[in-house]
Amino acid sequence: MVKALRIALPVVGFSMLAIGAWLALAWVPAERDMGAPSRIMYVHVPAVWMMFLCSILNFGSSFWYLNKASLKVDALAEAGAEVCLLFGGIGVLLGSIWAKPTWGVYWNWDPRLTSVTVMLVTYAGMLAARRFEEDPDRRARVSAVLGILAAASAVLVWFSVKWFNSLHQVQSSPKTTYPELVFTLRWNSFAFLFIAIWFVWERYGLAMATRAGEVAPPEPPGVTASGGAA
Amino acid sequence: MSGGWARPGLLRSALVVLQKDLLIEWRTRARLNALVFFALSTLLLFSFALGPDTRLLGRSAGGYLWLAIMFSSVLALGESFRVESENAALDGLRMLPVDPKAIFLGKAAGNAALLMILSAVLVPVTLAVYDVRALLGLPKLAGVLALGCLGISAPGTVYAAITARSRAKDVLLPLLLFPILIPALIAGSKAATLVLHGDAMNELGSWTGLLFGFNVAYWSLGVILFPSVIED
Repeated sequence: MVKALRIALPVVGFSMLAIGAWLALAWVPAERDMGAPSRIMYVHVPAVWMMFLCSILNFGSSFWYLNKASLKVDALAEAGAEVCLLFGGIGVLLGSIWAKPTWGVYWNWDPRLTSVTVMLVTYAGMLAARRFEEDPDRRARVSAVLGILAAASAVLVWFSVKWFNSLHQVQSSPKTTYPELVFTLRWNSFAFLFIAIWFVWERYGLAMATRAGEVAPPEPPGVTASGGAA
Repeated sequence: MSGGWARPGLLRSALVVLQKDLLIEWRTRARLNALVFFALSTLLLFSFALGPDTRLLGRSAGGYLWLAIMFSSVLALGESFRVESENAALDGLRMLPVDPKAIFLGKAAGNAALLMILSAVLVPVTLAVYDVRALLGLPKLAGVLALGCLGISAPGTVYAAITARSRAKDVLLPLLLFPILIPALIAGSKAATLVLHGDAMNELGSWTGLLFGFNVAYWSLGVILFPSVIED
């Protein structure tokens, strides 16, 4: 059952994404004011949502780890941080492609853009710090602390940068837009969600395998394990 | 505390840690000397990078002052835990019947004090080199700088403790610390610029408020999180 789900998630996710690409590029009518570039929104917004979801996962696991240390929770935090970085990177990249025809520049000091970028740098720093720490317990504890500080900084950066003037689109609510847009955005969001869950799952498995290797290093070839017949 | 030794209170033990750090600093004064000259050369580098346009330099003086302090703070923070890692001094400190929170408070206060002394040296140099006057008066500038130094040292002490035993501490500390300090840099530079050039729109209060909020957030997070960083 679990195994089937693990295979089904990417299959369903990527098929939905393929259909979503058709929906977003051909089926949905072009947005009245912004035209074709607005179609990037259908992948940009879900990517950023997945980034936030994974950062919440990382914060939750970090908090949990400091209360009750467990390598599984640490593996979950690591998976969350890495997938968060991936989707955040995709989101910022897509946003900046969208910004060129719309705002006329790839980059500006818009609060959301800036604070998300700063947040991604803090997660990259956390993942870098993990690489330099050999002791699994200390690494887990340190990265739990870093995860909580990264979440706190995301909030503070958001408020501080917001006081610069903002260019970013005000979000629309489903009531202010047309139904095709809402449907396509939801469709793509579920596609992204399935893919994100699958990524976190696989990354978690990888992290657990790495832990197992660290805790009990494999015996060198030629040495028989105790009880094993050579 | 019936019988045996009374465990010293949080603030008292923090003061002892602070005293110890200041004493180590006073005995050599090597760290402060290096910091001052590093920060001064940073200030000079900014003015060379921008060319001799005095008005442009004057307008950005507040931001440059903060950048110089921030760059030097990485050296100060790294050094403050190098003395603890040598001869496993931190392990010795942890074995004392002292609340780890007190170690955080003491060390962070020590780092803040060092950065405040550094800024006191930098202010006259900034005023002279960039040709600016503190329009709103030096006490306000001192207040902004003190708040900023406190704000740098709280997260800085946590991160320095995290990276102290890492193989790549010289790279990791700025990589982790600088993004976190962005709100302090924004608020500190804005507030310093307002103090230097006048506050026509009455904004100084909100920027110092942000700086204060930054302090509250990271000093409390530091007190909560630091014990798990140094436990073994």
